[in-house]
Amino acid sequence: MNAIFECNNLKKSFGVNHALAGIDLRVERGRIIGLLGPNGSGKTTLIKLANNLLTPTEGSILIGGKKPGVETKKIVSYLPEKTYLNNWMRVHQIIEFFADFYDDFKPEKAYDMLKRLNIDHRDRLKNLSKGNKEKVQLILVMSREAELYLLDEPIGGVDPAARDYILETIISNYSDNATVIISTHLIADIEKILDDVIFIKEGKVVLTSTVDSIRDEKGKSVDALFREVFKC
Amino acid sequence: MPWDFKSDRPIYTQLIEQIELKIFSGEYPPGAKLPSVRDIAQEASVNPNTMQRALAKLEEDGLVITHRTSGRSITEDIELIKKAKNQLAKQQIAEFLEKMKLMGFEKTETLALITDMLEEMKK
Ligand SMILES: Nc1ncnc2c1ncn2[C@@H]1O[C@H](COP(=O)(O)OP(=O)(O)OP(=O)(O)O)[C@@H](O)[C@H]1O
Ligand SMILES: [Mg+2]
Repeated sequence: MNAIFECNNLKKSFGVNHALAGIDLRVERGRIIGLLGPNGSGKTTLIKLANNLLTPTEGSILIGGKKPGVETKKIVSYLPEKTYLNNWMRVHQIIEFFADFYDDFKPEKAYDMLKRLNIDHRDRLKNLSKGNKEKVQLILVMSREAELYLLDEPIGGVDPAARDYILETIISNYSDNATVIISTHLIADIEKILDDVIFIKEGKVVLTSTVDSIRDEKGKSVDALFREVFKC
Repeated sequence: MPWDFKSDRPIYTQLIEQIELKIFSGEYPPGAKLPSVRDIAQEASVNPNTMQRALAKLEEDGLVITHRTSGRSITEDIELIKKAKNQLAKQQIAEFLEKMKLMGFEKTETLALITDMLEEMKK
């Protein structure tokens, strides 16, 4: 089977700014991957390219062997860095909207998670706190049965207790051959649930490894290694 | 016993140790059926593939048995569990004795200290 996510010499420039400067990556199915790098290193740019919100300047990016587009949207569940949902909508209306839009969306999963996190589905999005708004978005994304989940900073505004629940939700909601790519700065919170990490710096991949081989070989956590590699 | 992971060692190794402890302490008794990989992974908040590998190692050691149709369970071989438990105890004692030696204690002195302490604890 082809890789679920593959980049070959992928470049993206904004004028003279080389946001991605030649990325080569191959991500297999059935894995949870941390996409880690300092601010401005190109994480969001890479994820946007995968969702066809940007087009490559050079090189290629393939999702399950296909160029990002209408077809790949059916198998990719995407949590953007910034909200795109209509603020005036009620939570249950957004759920209905998602259910109409995506064949693989499971409303019962969404309601179940909302209940666990004490969010009222009758509330309007604009009346929710920042953290609860983030939770709703992640719930929507994880209620799809996708082949690839692309989560751009999913837990930034969420309190630590809910963070644990959300990580559990990620573990329990992706199927055995689905892959989850998570961009985050909260490495210590998340590294236990990762198979692999990708370190990216100035638009280039500087390290790919499994979490346990980092811990085994360096005797330190991914979080500690990150702080060392990207020391300011 | 809640799951607890140190940040400087592989999660895989820590999972094996902690499941062993659950077996030795009787939290997972002989013959007990184990939850699915995904459910234990979720409970421990760890990656399911890592949990899978840890269980495979325990299976290799004979502590965990995989049934073709009904998932995994703890071995019913009490002797095997006892042996593994004793081995772990010996390992811990060896580490302890090594530390005592570094502090300058003779084996007999260490033993005397332990005996004294146990007496104290009885009171
Ligand atoms: N639309 C754009 N126009 C111009 N420059 C852009 C645009 N989007 C991103 N960039 C630049 O591309 C580089 C990579 O940005 P990107 O948002 O991918 O970083 P990031 O790794 O997601 O950072 P953060 O951790 O802060 O979210 C930055 O230098 C940024 O200024
Ligand atoms: Mg970003």
